[in-house]
Amino acid sequence: MKHLSEYRDAEAMRRIADHIGRLVTRRWAIMEVCGGQTHSIIRSGLDQILPPEVELIHGPGCPVCVTALETIDQALGIAALPGMIFCSYGDMLRVPGSRGDLLGVRAAGADVRIVASPLDAVALARQYPEREVVFFAVGFETTAPASAMAVRLAAQSGLGNFSMLVSHVLVPPAIRVVMESSGNRVQAFLAAGHVASVMGTGDYPPLCREFRVPIVVTGLLPLDILEGIRRTVVQLEEGRHEVENAYPRVVSEGGNARALAVIGEVFEVCDRTWRGIGPIPASGWRLAPAYASFDALSRFSIDAVCSGESLRCRSGDVLTGAIKPHQCPAFGRECTPRTPLGATMVSDEGACAAYYHAGRSADGLTAGRQQG
Amino acid sequence: MSGSNSILPGFGCPVGFSDQQRIGIGHGGGGVLTRELFVKVFLPAFGNPVLERLGDAALLPPVEAGGRLAFSTDAYVVQPLFFPGGSIGDLAVNGTVNDLAMEGARAIALSAAFILEEGLSIDLLTEIAQAMGRAARDAGVEIVTGDTKVVERGRGDGCSITTAGIGVVPERSRLGATPIGPGDLILVSGSVGNHGMAVMSVREGLAFESPIVSDTQPLHRLVSDLLTACPETRLLRDPTRGGLAATLGEIAVGAGFGIELEEAAVPIEPAVAAACAILGLDPLEVASEGRFVAVVAAGDAQRGLAALRGHQVAGGYPAALAAQIGRVVAEHPGMVVARTAIGARRIVPMPLGELLPRIC
Repeated sequence: MKHLSEYRDAEAMRRIADHIGRLVTRRWAIMEVCGGQTHSIIRSGLDQILPPEVELIHGPGCPVCVTALETIDQALGIAALPGMIFCSYGDMLRVPGSRGDLLGVRAAGADVRIVASPLDAVALARQYPEREVVFFAVGFETTAPASAMAVRLAAQSGLGNFSMLVSHVLVPPAIRVVMESSGNRVQAFLAAGHVASVMGTGDYPPLCREFRVPIVVTGLLPLDILEGIRRTVVQLEEGRHEVENAYPRVVSEGGNARALAVIGEVFEVCDRTWRGIGPIPASGWRLAPAYASFDALSRFSIDAVCSGESLRCRSGDVLTGAIKPHQCPAFGRECTPRTPLGATMVSDEGACAAYYHAGRSADGLTAGRQQG
Repeated sequence: MSGSNSILPGFGCPVGFSDQQRIGIGHGGGGVLTRELFVKVFLPAFGNPVLERLGDAALLPPVEAGGRLAFSTDAYVVQPLFFPGGSIGDLAVNGTVNDLAMEGARAIALSAAFILEEGLSIDLLTEIAQAMGRAARDAGVEIVTGDTKVVERGRGDGCSITTAGIGVVPERSRLGATPIGPGDLILVSGSVGNHGMAVMSVREGLAFESPIVSDTQPLHRLVSDLLTACPETRLLRDPTRGGLAATLGEIAVGAGFGIELEEAAVPIEPAVAAACAILGLDPLEVASEGRFVAVVAAGDAQRGLAALRGHQVAGGYPAALAAQIGRVVAEHPGMVVARTAIGARRIVPMPLGELLPRIC
């Protein structure tokens, strides 16, 4: 685990930041797609050592943030069914649906469990054959292989009491939405390295050509991100728009063949609604017909009455980079991690929560201002 | 009494059978079974003359002249009950010993109250009790009174323990005599987050080349060494729930000053950092059970660090990773601001509550 400290090396980071400072001749707006990258940027404060010309725009890559309100409501409904064991990743538990969150359902008596992997949910289904076990499969291409593995394993073992509420989403269609949105300012992307480790880099060249943007595949640790930014700025300054892999220790061009195989077997591409953004064509995965019997939505009938989003929440504008979190009028006032109006204020990967936790406000770092 | 005649796997009617392997409702009834549990499980584990009297209250020896009494209580729930480096029994003793130590007190007596869930293995309870006995002897304190109640199966979490402790603060103690002020320095007695991640790793099934071991341990001797080196220590706190982030936040709010934290100086073991990274947790928010934070006068800090790092007792716990991690400042009162490794700054918020592992 030495790499953790290696890729946080402060000295190396300053050197790269200095290099970027020497390269840059004009203003550039770069979007980091992945919420994990946003979290890492805000936590380390690496944007504070970038030259002022380089602006980072935080992208839509927070999986719990973009899970549709309707899907959260379905999850709340399924979790509350008698005898149900409802399994989810931890940060999904606080994401607000139209009437509460999974923590609230658990407090009211439902059996909602945090698991680190969907395979743990399969194990629970084996352990409790008399009960129904549902896994809430959210996330980008990164978490999809484990979801697919779990379904295949359940099918192979004939587990009739396991099913999945699937809400997987895909990165490339989101990049397209950002580029096609009116008033887009994004000139380059840091693509999420962990997504590319599964999918490879093949989806990106057409996007680079069509929108004339550099896309640099970048890791999640601060040093990785800074190196990704440096390579992006080099391309921008030279007027190039290519795919570049700045994360070769993890990402190969072809991706992970075994992961792709199991995804291809279990899932098929579908249209999906993104919270805060709206429907995006061919932007998600659902269970393929051969595995449709594992779809929790077809197994349980749920009356999910969707009352709609808070009108004050501008998470959609935050997710597409149109505004920074603190530019939302509700930020830090009626909307805080304790009382989130939108999902971007919930997960640590959500841009709003990341800003809130780091004490960022419209005037910069609150504490810095007071000290100033 | 619906649970008293329920048939559970492994044993029959819980009342009237004294050779059973599991806790039954009858063990909390105050009769023969309760006494048998006491005699067979708790007395051998805790064994001391005060407890053996079997009185309704423990009589304690007179307190040294001029000494003040300190009193503290804490409830302990943890799953799993056993984890690398300890058990709920170790936590229940060390936690209260340490709460007393944070006021400069040496624990002289503990109480222990158990809420047991029907069906708990008596062997397991015995192990927990023995761990408590060992921890108490290690801390030089006696468990002198206690209680046991049993709740129906499904209404408890195996075993939860509440301990209370009485300690003595010597008359000469200067701990807290001078209030915290700008310029004071902040020390931590060792690496943080080990306990929380030891428990979390077991829960999440994470395995590392070298397993993460809980840091649960009694701190009073280490505290004593520090106070000898730095008599004018302003304040001691142990960063348990909420970790360093909560503890420093409370200190900043309580003192009405700001705290500047040097993030890179916070000692975190590589395996703990790795586990936090995998689960998407912030090591600053993860609990320690055998560490303390000390606010000391600037001029005393080096002497204090040397005392911590040099601390050795028989079977003792070196505090080699003790470090100076920050300072008290007049700016941003009530807030903790971290200087990150690259010199950027961010506010360290008080943790919200439950640690929820992130998705990726």
